[in-house]
Amino acid sequence: MGKTLAEKVWDAHVVRKGDGDGASAQPDLLFIDLHLVHEVTSPQAFEGLRLAGRKLRRPDLTIATEDHNTPTLDIDKPIADLTSRTQIQTLRNNCAEFGVRLHSLGDAEQGIVHVVGPQLGLTQPGMTIVCGDSHTSTHGAFGAMAMGIGTSEVEHVMATQTLSLKPFKTMAVNVEGTLRPGVSAKDIILAVIAKIGTGGGQGYVLEYRGSAIRALSMEARMTICNMSIEAGARAGMVAPDQTTYDYMLGRPHAPEGAEWDAAVEYWNTLRTDDDAVFDVEVDLDADTLEPFVTWGTNPGQGVSLSQAVPSPGDFGDENAKAAAERALQYMGLEAGTPMKDIRVDTVFLGSCTNSRMEDLRAAADIIRGRTKDPNVRMLVVPGSARVRLEAEAEGLDKVFKDFGAEWRFAGCSMCLGMNPDQLEVGERCASTSNRNFEGRQGKGGRTHLVSPVVAAATAVRGTLSSPSDLEPAPEPAAIRIDAA
Amino acid sequence: MEKFTKHTGIGVPLRQSNVDTDQIIPAVYLKRITRTGFEDALFSAWRKDSSFILNQEPYSAGSVLVAGPDFGTGSSREHAVWALKDYGFKAVLSSRFADIFRGNSGKQGLLAAQVAQDDIELIWKELENAPGTEVTVDLESKTVVCGNIVAPFEIDDYTRWRLLEGLDDIGLTLQHEADITAYEATRPSFKPKTLPAKVS
Repeated sequence: MGKTLAEKVWDAHVVRKGDGDGASAQPDLLFIDLHLVHEVTSPQAFEGLRLAGRKLRRPDLTIATEDHNTPTLDIDKPIADLTSRTQIQTLRNNCAEFGVRLHSLGDAEQGIVHVVGPQLGLTQPGMTIVCGDSHTSTHGAFGAMAMGIGTSEVEHVMATQTLSLKPFKTMAVNVEGTLRPGVSAKDIILAVIAKIGTGGGQGYVLEYRGSAIRALSMEARMTICNMSIEAGARAGMVAPDQTTYDYMLGRPHAPEGAEWDAAVEYWNTLRTDDDAVFDVEVDLDADTLEPFVTWGTNPGQGVSLSQAVPSPGDFGDENAKAAAERALQYMGLEAGTPMKDIRVDTVFLGSCTNSRMEDLRAAADIIRGRTKDPNVRMLVVPGSARVRLEAEAEGLDKVFKDFGAEWRFAGCSMCLGMNPDQLEVGERCASTSNRNFEGRQGKGGRTHLVSPVVAAATAVRGTLSSPSDLEPAPEPAAIRIDAA
Repeated sequence: MEKFTKHTGIGVPLRQSNVDTDQIIPAVYLKRITRTGFEDALFSAWRKDSSFILNQEPYSAGSVLVAGPDFGTGSSREHAVWALKDYGFKAVLSSRFADIFRGNSGKQGLLAAQVAQDDIELIWKELENAPGTEVTVDLESKTVVCGNIVAPFEIDDYTRWRLLEGLDDIGLTLQHEADITAYEATRPSFKPKTLPAKVS
């Protein structure tokens, strides 16, 4: 029987086969090709190394950046919050002590760790990639096996460049058809999570397959793989193809010359064999998919934007019913309210899910020549300093600023409410991020997860909206500034 | 890591599904660089509500948390485990745990015991009818006892063995250092390195 993509990548990284079934049987020990590090989940791991007198085994397979706890304003000034400043300084000290490459605030390669890796060409097909961050699944878009880990495992990788991992089950997510205009990768993944639930992927590596996935760009594939964790999956993957290679060619750390040819030859083997069998298969129809939006407080609580807020009575399962009741109360919503009647206070365009060039371009295309609803504030936070520079070169910053949005510096920002970019109690936000948990974007804040184009249309109308709800823009072509 | 064989303590019924790690500990508490001192951060938003279970005697002295399905979803923050431990919890029971949370628990000696939802419901009723009832979690026999309820729980064999023995993961792996070195010698040269740094 053939192998799935996930099994092939796994098998290529086994340092030591597991001991079998005994009570003390160690599982497979896997080599880790790339370890991404940031300021929040690493200080205790570095301290652990120091206390045990251990070295960082492979500084040359490790890279750090500052993202979770960095400000997105006044980045040239000392960080105002003393605890945050200490945490950033601790990362800098640790990287200097252990010889880790670090891209600090102000550096052109600084940014959200999951934007930086692919942008530098460090994320490549067939790799094992880990980071003390659950959205590490993003890198699976390249056909890598990429997993979020906790701080104890961060320390383990630092000391050994390996992880002991229990085998995964495999799930195929087949998305066939063609997305309609205004429907994007974000809608695919939100629909998948609504379908299988926040625990549906638990124990599985998801492989996204089918014509709709093949038609997506790398950045769109990253959006999908990014949110695999919201379905509970340990990782999400897309097999590499010409789209992958075109994206990678010429990036700083991509192989060159004969190395590139050898790499492509290997990468071409990284696809699920025709006779391989997945443990589970799930199908989604891209043709009929509509823009998707969440109404509740977990990413599985979503509906099509054209639908209404569901009633707890719609759920058969007692736990789901209770969760829906609680969510409606927290979100301040009445069952039966059309989603498009919901008014928001804030629009957040950013996060490792949707902060890359294509996301910014898609949103800019919607707002160009239009006026922002005066009661809505909009934050645009590029995923990396490099994305910010590229966007400025294309004039996108001007489009956002003319519209009345705030153009910020790169970082995780309002996705997780750690730096000063937070919602107030009761404030409602249409957000391109990945989690609508209670208080995620700030204590008492209310989050609706949406795609970049829905976020942009919502900023125009002030209510949750799809691009098709907008009046034609007055002079769309005249204001466009194309890249030179 | 401290050995875990058996623990008995007051059970806390948390009748809620999808208790994500942002609820267990919000991001604002993640700025600290220590591994301890997170007890006040645990469920910090919910603890401001006087009706929250941990604000009620005798549950506030609980050490076995009995939660709904999909406990520990979301962020990989190990701070969630540290906060539960710092508060005094030794075990969490749920019918389904998020993978990363379960992994983090196993590394830190917090027992994440997977119990069938029907049994969780029975335990919830018992703990609500008789507040202060103790729950015994026995890792040797993989059973939970609460009043007259005796329920089996699941945990993977390797984590169970490490908890029973109190073993440090890194030390175990370093016993295989020769295998790691041998593997490193076979890696293809086209695989990327972060050093020397290249930028665009």
